[in-house]
Amino acid sequence: MAETLSRPQNPREWLALVLVWGAAGLVTAVFCWLLGDIVWHGLSHVSWTFLTAPPENAGRRGGIGPILVSTSLILGVCLSVSLPIGIGTAVLLAEFTSNHSLFGRMTRRSLDVLAGVPSIVFGLFGNAFFCKTLGLGFSILSGGLTLACMVLPILIRSTEEGFRAVPTSYRLSAAALGLSRTTTLVHLLLPAAVPGLLVGLVLGVGRAIAETAALIFTSGYVDRMPESLLDSGRALSIHIFDLSMNVSGGDANAYASALVLVIMLLAINGTVSWLAIYGLHRKIVAA
Amino acid sequence: MTSLSSNTLSRWSTDELLCWSLRGIATIAGAIVILIVVFLIVEALPALQHVGLLRFFTDPSWHPAEGLYNLTPMLWGTLFAMTGSVLIATPLGILSAVFCHYYAPLILARPYRRLIELLAGIPSVVYGFWGLVVMVPLIAEIQPPGPSLLAGILILTIMILPTIALMADASLANVPQQYLRGAAALGLPRWATIRGVVFPAAKSGLFTGVILETGRAIGETMAILMVSGNVVQTPSSVFAPIRTLTANIALEMAYALGDHRAALFVSGLVLMAMIVALVVSAGWISRGRMYG
Amino acid sequence: MYQFMCFSRWKACASLASFLIVASLGIPGTGAAQTTTVEKLSGKLVITGASTLAPLIGEIGKRFESLYPKARVDVQTGGSSRGVADVLQGLADIGMVSRAMKDEEKDLHAFPVARDGVGIILHKENCVQALTDEQVVAIYTGKIANWKDVGGKDAPITVVTKAEGRSTLEVFLHYLKLKNTDVKAQVVIGDNEQGVKTVAGNRHAIGYVSIGTAEYDTSQGVPIKLLSVGGVAASTETVKNGTFPISRPLHIVTRTPPVGLTKAFIEYAQSKAVHDIIKQQYFVPLVD
Repeated sequence: MAETLSRPQNPREWLALVLVWGAAGLVTAVFCWLLGDIVWHGLSHVSWTFLTAPPENAGRRGGIGPILVSTSLILGVCLSVSLPIGIGTAVLLAEFTSNHSLFGRMTRRSLDVLAGVPSIVFGLFGNAFFCKTLGLGFSILSGGLTLACMVLPILIRSTEEGFRAVPTSYRLSAAALGLSRTTTLVHLLLPAAVPGLLVGLVLGVGRAIAETAALIFTSGYVDRMPESLLDSGRALSIHIFDLSMNVSGGDANAYASALVLVIMLLAINGTVSWLAIYGLHRKIVAA
Repeated sequence: MTSLSSNTLSRWSTDELLCWSLRGIATIAGAIVILIVVFLIVEALPALQHVGLLRFFTDPSWHPAEGLYNLTPMLWGTLFAMTGSVLIATPLGILSAVFCHYYAPLILARPYRRLIELLAGIPSVVYGFWGLVVMVPLIAEIQPPGPSLLAGILILTIMILPTIALMADASLANVPQQYLRGAAALGLPRWATIRGVVFPAAKSGLFTGVILETGRAIGETMAILMVSGNVVQTPSSVFAPIRTLTANIALEMAYALGDHRAALFVSGLVLMAMIVALVVSAGWISRGRMYG
Repeated sequence: MYQFMCFSRWKACASLASFLIVASLGIPGTGAAQTTTVEKLSGKLVITGASTLAPLIGEIGKRFESLYPKARVDVQTGGSSRGVADVLQGLADIGMVSRAMKDEEKDLHAFPVARDGVGIILHKENCVQALTDEQVVAIYTGKIANWKDVGGKDAPITVVTKAEGRSTLEVFLHYLKLKNTDVKAQVVIGDNEQGVKTVAGNRHAIGYVSIGTAEYDTSQGVPIKLLSVGGVAASTETVKNGTFPISRPLHIVTRTPPVGLTKAFIEYAQSKAVHDIIKQQYFVPLVD
């Protein structure tokens, strides 16, 4: 993006250069410190056995196999529920409601409020609504549905931004060609809005995988291999919490589990980005 | 966009179907908030009836075992932690995004973005744990006790930074190329372009990012529980320990019965009220200026 | 081409839907189908309660499942009060309570499974070797605020205490005859390990945690040390023979007299066969 003049022309430009590189450097340093800590303490404990064996002695030994399966199932339920609802609402807000309509403003406001609800309140709500009222009990399904509620506002707001960024000329050209709005949406606008959707997805997946307080009360603490979506299953973040705060001597495996989580996240983000950009976006927008 | 918002001229029935199914989906999303508020009110009712709302701000202290329920010090704790972290994270995050797009050589930009995406996914317990074993002892060296408002602000900053950085990154990417080329044609140097052309063009995305990150800062529970000391007091300096409303719920919910439990739900309602106030004032500030 | 893509998309949707339906026809609810014969013990037990007890009961549950393959023991956390509430409402079969039973809980059936001592910890480099009960009271009520007043360096004391309602706090205060409003602390923590890490990270901190936890961490090189209380050294041995003054019983409770699978599990948890698990989790088995 070096289309603007790169060499600083005056003191203000120099100051901006220093500040921007300084900010980036500070952020990188702090994060490398954090990640380095995790890698340093956790790498020696990660092995194939660690990834597939069940936990023993309250997690101090053994591995995290069943926990990885539970986490993937919870994430799967969360995404399969929140993606349709999220994209649908974002499309409605961006395409079918005017900027000043009451419905649009109310929905946007309530989504912003939802984004700020503390994770523990979601946990208590999920427990009361999904576990008790709907009768699902402590289960992966309850956990996934609660996480879907948490992830929705982020997903919707950033997908909406993605749709707003698509130039109006696309829509007008499609209308001129006589395409129905559904076709325009599915074949033209959705692929074009993929970058916004992607940010929402990445932030949402990040939030979901990182959630602890909400899952303790909904998907539970059981570290056995789950046999169905109605079984209780321990998520990776809860396992890390238990090992570091509740179980003495669990620090080593807590670091190792955190490292596995970071790698899992890297893999998910990479795959999702690649699929979205090369599968959808490139069809519409030239590189 | 507004010209296409009414559907009456569309010839295709699929469009009508689409519109109504989308409205149904959006209602589900909106209904969740209402459900949560109803849930909080129902659970908080016993405390509101037995203790009364005024006492939650006028009692001498927070000691539920003796029937004292003053929320004000924790309210201040939440406000200070949120304000401090948002004030630090917003410039850092926006500058990070600017770095990615306009200052970094391509070979650095992509890994930097990946790094920030990764940080969005690290669990709050890992941040809290790291804060507890690395950051808190460092602060304790400067000024005991260590777990403090400062530690809370720093950890929250690190946690909400990815949100604002990634949203800003996406909005900067959406700035049309013509604007940048126009600025270059006018001979504007880099920072002047960014400040005068890019930021105004990207302002709706930046604003959304700030709202989302503030929401996250208010709602964070686990990490702040581990590093901020959890003493119920109005802080007199950044090195004093504080307890936020969220940490209070997390700490005491496990062992609370009856009125104490209902009092914790009242603090949940106070949090919701804070968030609603934040969102409404943000909407009022930006009315008409963000979109359209 | 377009129709083909539509059809394969529908097939994908249909198979996803049927997968979800089949997957959700999974395990039924709590307490169903418990047979009473020992050989045929089957069914699901739901146990909720204190997070201190959760790892212990979880491990006992795993061994129970290996003895009776058709049984399932699901352990959830949420705190002692949650355990009591869930048992009373019938949402759980057994509750875990990490303290002595309160008066209003007397109509529950309580079965002690282990004991846990509560000891005072200091940072390893703190030169103070012992504190009398009066000094501890003075430190925790804020009357003594500097280590030099008890024979240590000239540094302010960082007092670490537990959040209200935690059983460790209640046991500690009961021994010192204090109320929670009297305690003036600089740091309030939630779980044991948070306390250990806070004291390990601050050379001038004092706190109290479960003795088993502190013993294990000391053996792993964490820079803390246990103080003796009332002249008795703090260790799992002294808790076991009853000489250590601050300890709490760990219970599992039911609402009605236990039958069937519940009864079998409770008897197993109280038997000598699980003493090694109890020791492995750094608690003290009951001497019967």
